[in-house]
Order: sequence, then C-alpha cells, then structure tokens
Amino acid sequence: MLDFPRWKIWAVMLPILVGILLAIPSMMPASQAARLPGWMPDARINLGLDLAGGSHLLLEADLADAAKQRLQSMEDQVTTDLRRGDPRIDIGDVSTSGGRLSFMVRNPNQVDAAVERMRALTQPVGMTGSRDWDVRVVDSTRVELTSTSDGNERALKDAMTVARDVVRRRIDPQGTKEVTVINQGARRILVQVPGVEDPEALKSLIGQTARLEFKLVDLTADPALVAQGRAPAGSQVLPLVDGGAIAVSRRVMVSGDQLVDAKQAFDQDGQPVVTIKFNAAGARRFGRTTQENVNKPFAIILDDKVLSAPNITEPILGGSANISGSFTVETANQLAISLASGKLPVKLNVIEERTISAELGADSIRKGAIAAIVATIAVILFMVVTYGRFGVYATLALIVNALLILGVMAIFNATLTLPGIAGFVLTIGAAVDANVLINERIREEVRRGRKVLDAIETGYREASTAIFDANITNTIAAALLFYFGSGPIRGFAVVLLIGIITSVFTAVNFTRMLVSLWVRRSRPRQLHI
Amino acid sequence: MRLLKLVPDDTNIDFMRWRNLALVLSIAFTLASLALVGLRGLNLGIDFVGGQMVRTTFAEPVDIEQLRGRIASLNVGEASIQAFGDDRTYQIRLPKPDGPEAAANKVVSKVRGLIQREYPTAKVAAGESVSGKVSEELATDGALAILFAMIGIAVYIWFRFEWQFGVGALVTLFHDVSMILGFFALTQFQVDLNIVAAFLAIVGYSLNDTVVIYDRIRENLRKFRKMAIIPLLNLSLNETLSRTLVTSLSIMLALAVLLVLGPDVIFGLTLSILIGTFIGTYSSIYISAPILVWLGVTPDSFVHDPDSAEAPQAA
Repeated sequence: MLDFPRWKIWAVMLPILVGILLAIPSMMPASQAARLPGWMPDARINLGLDLAGGSHLLLEADLADAAKQRLQSMEDQVTTDLRRGDPRIDIGDVSTSGGRLSFMVRNPNQVDAAVERMRALTQPVGMTGSRDWDVRVVDSTRVELTSTSDGNERALKDAMTVARDVVRRRIDPQGTKEVTVINQGARRILVQVPGVEDPEALKSLIGQTARLEFKLVDLTADPALVAQGRAPAGSQVLPLVDGGAIAVSRRVMVSGDQLVDAKQAFDQDGQPVVTIKFNAAGARRFGRTTQENVNKPFAIILDDKVLSAPNITEPILGGSANISGSFTVETANQLAISLASGKLPVKLNVIEERTISAELGADSIRKGAIAAIVATIAVILFMVVTYGRFGVYATLALIVNALLILGVMAIFNATLTLPGIAGFVLTIGAAVDANVLINERIREEVRRGRKVLDAIETGYREASTAIFDANITNTIAAALLFYFGSGPIRGFAVVLLIGIITSVFTAVNFTRMLVSLWVRRSRPRQLHI
Repeated sequence: MRLLKLVPDDTNIDFMRWRNLALVLSIAFTLASLALVGLRGLNLGIDFVGGQMVRTTFAEPVDIEQLRGRIASLNVGEASIQAFGDDRTYQIRLPKPDGPEAAANKVVSKVRGLIQREYPTAKVAAGESVSGKVSEELATDGALAILFAMIGIAVYIWFRFEWQFGVGALVTLFHDVSMILGFFALTQFQVDLNIVAAFLAIVGYSLNDTVVIYDRIRENLRKFRKMAIIPLLNLSLNETLSRTLVTSLSIMLALAVLLVLGPDVIFGLTLSILIGTFIGTYSSIYISAPILVWLGVTPDSFVHDPDSAEAPQAA
C-alpha cells in the first residue's frame, strides 16, 4: 500500500492534468476561449441543437423523381449519340413511359448497330460485371433500355453525394458557418444549423431544384389552344409565374448547368435581378442563339415555370445576362445562391424537422448548470459526512472525473445533448458507487479487526471485482446501444462509454494514490471511516 | 467528527423472509403496469407516432379555447393543447396530415405564422415535425437497441457468473422496464426520444446494482460452502445494505435537486430516473436475489471451476 512509486504518481497525474487542460476551453464562453494563449488546446465540446438552439432537418431523396431525372438524362444522351454519331441512325417514337426508355429504329438494318451503340453508353457497376442499363430489342425494330437495380443504386449514391455538397453550398455559401450536412443511410441527408430559428428560409433554399433553362417562345402557337394547355408539335405549354401560360419550344437553348456564377444585383430601374455568368461553352451558345433570334422573345424558365419572356433586343455576347422576374431582394438572393450552388440532382423532401429557439436552450442550460452545482454540493456533503477523509477523496475523484469526461469529449469534438447529460448523470452515479463500494469494503475490513494498511489494501482489492463487473456490463450496454441506436441513443452511449473509463480510473486509481500518499505521510494507527 | 452511519454495524435484516410477499407484490405491480400500458396506452410523442408540435411561451396567460378555435380555422386537423411546465408555456400538437410529405412541413409553418400574427408578444420555443416513416424507424430502432443491449448484458453475466444470474438479471430488467412503462402510462407523461435516454439510465443503474449484489453473493457462495442459500442471501444483502443505501441516496439526492431547480424541459426525464432508481434498488434486493433461490442456486454452483470466474484485478 505504501508502495506508490513516483512513476505511478506521474502515470495517474499526467492523464488527469492533460484531461483538465483539454476541458478548460469547453467551460468558458466561446469569446473568452478564443482569447486563450496559443499553447492551450482549443477543441471545444459542441452543444447539441436541443441545448444550443437551431434547426434540424432530415431530407430524403424522392426516388420516383430520381428515376425520372435519370431517364431524362439518358434520353438526352441517346438522342444526341444516335443523331451525332457516325453513321447517323434515325429514330422515332421515343417513349419514357413505364420507367423504360424505348425508341424505334427507322431503318431495320440499323437495329443491331443501334443496340451496339446503346451498349457502349452503359457503364459497368461494381465487381459483379453487371451494367447500369439493360439493352434489348422488342418487336424487332424497337430498342428498349431498362435501368438495372445496381444502376439505380449507383446513380442514387452519386446523386446523394452531389446533393449533399449542393445543400451545403446553399446553406453556407461562404463555408464559414458551423453547419452539419451529412449523408445518412442510402437516401437521406441530415442538416443541422445552429442559431437558425426560422427553418422556412432554410427549407425553401434547400428545396429549390433550381433547374434554369432558356427556351425560345413558340410564336406560332394559337393562344386559344395554349390556354387549354395544348401546344403545337415540338413545343410545350408552361405556366408563367405571374399567372397564365405560354408555349415554348421543347429544345433547350442554354441551361443552368453552364453557369459559373450567379449574383443578386439591381437593374437600371432599381429592381432586384439575378446576374448570371456562363462558362465558355455556354457563353458561345448563348451568343449564337441570341444572334440568330434577335427581336424574338425567349423564355427564362426555372423549375418548369416561366419567370419572364423578354424580347432579345440585341445579341448577348459577353456571356452574362440579367434575369428579372418580379423578385424581392431576398428572393433574388435565394435564387442566386441556388443557381450558383448548382442543380440538385434529385428532389429532396423534408421528412423530419425540429427547431428549438436558442432562448429555450440558454435558459435550460443556466437552470441546469445551477441545479448541477447544487446537486454536486449536496452529494459532496453527503459523502464527507459519511466517510470523512475518504469522502473528501471520493469527491475529488468525482470532480476530476467530470472534468476528464469533458476533456475527452472535447478531443473528439463530441456533441453534448440532453440524452448525453443523462449519460453523464449515470456515469457520475457509477463513479459515486465505485467509491462507496471501496469505502464500505474498507469499513467492513476495519470492523473485522484488520490493521490500517491491510484494511485499505483488502478493501480496494475486494471492491474491484464488483466495480469491474458493473462497469463491463455497462460497457457492453453502451457499445450495443451505440451500434444499434440512432441520434439521441447514441449521444447517451458515447458519454457513457467515455464516462465508464474515466470513472473507473478516477474512482480506483486516483483515490488510491491520494489514500496511499496520506497513509505514507501521517502513518495513521486507526482508520476513521 | 462522528461519521454518519446509515446502517448500524450489527444489522441483520431477514430480507428473504418476505420474499414471497415481495414476489406477489412485484408480480401484481408488473401485471398492473402492463395492463395500464395496454389499456391507457402511453402518451407517445411525435417522435414515435409522427405529427407536428409547436411549443410556445406566451407573455401573458392565454385563453386556450380561443387559441384552439384559431388553430381550428387553419384547417390543419384537431390540435391538442397541453400546458408545459408553467401556465404560460403550451405545447400544441397536431396530427400527421394525410398525403405527401411536403404537406406535413407546411403545418408547423402555418401554426407558427398564426402565433406570430395573433400573439405578437409570444415566443415560439420549438417546432417539430416528424413524418410517419421516420417515427416508425425511431421507435423500432430504439426498441431494438434496448433489446440487444439487454440480451448482451444477460450473456455477459451468464459467462461471468452462472446462467441463473443471467436469467435473474434479465427478469429484474424486465420488471424494472415494465414498472417504468406503467409509470408513464399512469402519469401520461409524454414519451419522446429523451425519455428513451432516461430509460437507458434507469436500466443501467438497476443493472449496476444487481451486479454489485450478485458479486457479493458469488463471493459468499465460495466462502461459505456449508451455508444454506437463504441465510447466505440475507448475509450478502445485509453486507451490501450500507453501500446500497449510500449509493442510491446520493443519486436520489442529486436527482431531487435537479427536479426542483432544473429546467422544465427535463422535469419528466429527471422524475422518471428518480422513480427508476427507487425501483431499481428495490428490484435488486427483492427480484434478483430471491430468483436465485427459485432457480436452484447452491454453493455447488461455483464449485466445478472456481478459477474461471476470477476477476482481473483493477490496480
């Protein structure tokens, strides 16, 4: 017992000192923590949204929409490839109904060539040798492309990765805010933005697919038929944002994919507009089309709604243009962000939404902190009254334990939530229990007539079996909860796992050091416990 | 200074004498709890059934009927309005709307808008909307996680002790979990995701208590080979009684302070942990110990290989 060599003291004190050092930044307000000297650690524990306030959104990909978009882009690829390729293959009756893309090859001799070209368009997926589309011939002249399940999976995975980045750019264009945007499962994205109390702006920002297209207005269309929703061949009827409808050519002149930048600005009348800038290819195409169609109106279409249909007064060659369409500064700004961040590859639905006002969070934290301090003092008094000197050691261990948990959480940049606090309370309880077990055991051994050193030694040894078993059980529980649980259950389990380790360390090793240093110094003849 | 001794040195309470009475009571309470859960049901929050919730703190007391009428005029389904903590904070809950997910998201916005319009001084403290799909997943995930954790623990105890102890720990956990559920069915406190955390804390505590007592029983079974099981259990419980009381009292003391001084949001959480601590303490004495008698544990249970269960020393 007296044998507590210097290296052992260091082995106990070093992790404790490091842990306390790590815990310090998390215990002061952010503004003060920033002013700490450079050698201090600066990792802090994040407060969960339930404590800090903010918005939490869970987005889920609309699979039907994803499949539709994939089919559409395949259609574009197929028609361009067959028309541009050599030899040119004439096709007709292109259909995308029933989730399949099919077309008729006009020249029956070219069917095999068409199938060959289609096969070349498909991509291998994974290791199994399967491809993303099945190509087959039906009714001897019809080629049909069906998406394989592997292909769907791959497409979704790619789309979700892009979608995550797009969402992040939309919420946080400058990349400076502390937002969380992560993929969750195969088709979900979790978004957490601290401090935002009104999720509406956030939702409309994320929700905009922002598919921007420029198409020529079909001037040949009969207004009466357009009003009925019928358009001439090669055209389509689209709604105007200000009401009414208009017929536009199906062919896309230029699309938003070719943008490099978009900003909110004002036109010469002081109206908010969005200024867009095309990349080189887009600028060329835009210039050529406007040159060919001077004095004709063209439609600016966002998500299949016509924002405006101005006349082309002169060719626009500089590669930049203004989009006007009865915007407010705010809506123009939102559109600019959506356009600049790129197109969402898939429609996202909000399936879970939580907003907690920061005020509620701050109030909870203040009351919780006061209650925690009072509760700690009450437990300390109880311990000291019950075990005297050993109670003092036990409370020192408890305080060090709490600091160590904070320190370890800070290293991992962990997030503290309400369930996390429940985990914290449980580990503090377990730490109290470990000390109680040891002290009760020492009491017992003293009662049985053992000498001071012997009683302490036996007390620690016998109590450690129970402490060990109790903590392993909790470790198993915490590990399984972490593995199978989600969200709040995980928050609980993480704190519990950290707390189990620190509490065994402090309740057993740290108090043992304190006790043996005391015994060595004052050689007590009797134990007052 | 004289130190506080909650349990005098020569205490020898015949705990096992009342084991049959305790058993009857425990079974009765467990059945009553399960019946309560079955008949009254749990007040499941939107986390588990889906729906919308808006929590608002009004600057002055508000006419609930008027508020209800105003919300009804939004045509978003029947609102349930509950006081939350004090008489100015109310939780407005709305059913999960039919139709596509997009429709669900508009409801919270509408209610939020209404409150900002009609009660300019009120503060919307929280707004939540959980779709049916997500709530189902949260419920099954939570239940599965707890189930696997319980099985994992029972297996560990079986390996470290004997199978009877594993079964005993499982039965104890089952007892505690049903009592807590009964408590929630009785009080109709809302069961949300945070309560799951409380649940886990209770289960963790009860387990800790059970393991500590089992540890002492195992030790005594090895030490006193000739002693009959009932006196041996009594001895073990009496030896650990002081520790049981000190630990549970210090935890309950801390929880009581949190209950009185802590924030309103955690009131339900704290109260359930407090009650759970009490149930957990009771059950480790009156469920986990006597069950060993009924499962036929004798000093011989540990004789066949006494070394395999030796705990590593935590220096």
